[in-house]
Amino acid sequence: MEFNFTVTGGDFISAGHASSEVKKVLQKLNVDPKITRRIVVALYEAEVNIVAHAYSGTIKASIDTEKITLVLDDEGPGIPSIEQAMQEGFSTASEKVREMGFGAGMGLPNMSKNADELNITSDVNKGTRVEIITWLNNKAKA
Amino acid sequence: MTVNDIITKLNLSVLGGEQGLKKEISGAYTCDLLSDVMGNVDDGNIWITLQTHKNVMAIASLRDLSAVILVKGLQPDADMLEKANEEGIPVLSTNEQAFEISGKLFQLIHS
Ligand SMILES: Nc1ncnc2c1ncn2[C@@H]1O[C@H](COP(=O)(O)OP(=O)(O)O)[C@@H](O)[C@H]1O
Ligand SMILES: [Mg+2]
Repeated sequence: MEFNFTVTGGDFISAGHASSEVKKVLQKLNVDPKITRRIVVALYEAEVNIVAHAYSGTIKASIDTEKITLVLDDEGPGIPSIEQAMQEGFSTASEKVREMGFGAGMGLPNMSKNADELNITSDVNKGTRVEIITWLNNKAKA
Repeated sequence: MTVNDIITKLNLSVLGGEQGLKKEISGAYTCDLLSDVMGNVDDGNIWITLQTHKNVMAIASLRDLSAVILVKGLQPDADMLEKANEEGIPVLSTNEQAFEISGKLFQLIHS
């Protein structure tokens, strides 16, 4: 099964749409609610990062019997140091974004806590690719 | 304890999401940082916050929260209310600040 979404930078009104659709699909597939929750937390943070930090992006969700693979590709400023970005509390979010309660620098840490596998690659001034993989049954969890 | 039970006891007003007033409450979380709520809240919690925009309801829905309480008499944005009604998650209001209402709710839940 495959689902595709587009994300527009700065569009906080629609932020979370892909996460909500993916959650509905996982619920229909009777995935363990605890696993669904981890997937949703990681995807939401990745989705919001495109809205808050990039210009535009796409999300591809591929689901098979074993796992869900989420690939988020954006066009944007990229991340100069992924290691630094992964640190809890590090954020380059604008004042406006912080006032909304985003920009606490907890998004990437939330993603790594909740994903079974998290791969991030980024080209400065081009964009960022985030891949989140989560196994759908406890036994297969890496 | 349901959302309805605490509305009378804490003298809250209901601003939207009335379909969800019978939801069971599992506890509460007081915070204005969205990622902290997203990552740490428990299913069925009430979320106490001063944030009044639509993303609050996106998180409340994604994390299956039972209701949102806005502090200090703050009013939700129109699209936040719309989403609350769509999702059936109550948005409640108090004139008290976060510490006061959190303390009262804590006592209610733990007594
Ligand atoms: N898709 C992205 N494009 C560009 N920069 C990003 C992206 N995702 C994350 N970053 C950078 O990593 C930092 C940390 O991200 P995160 O932990 O989600 O915290 P926050 O979004 O609250 O700033 C961001 O402030 C930003 O500098
Ligand atoms: Mg973020």
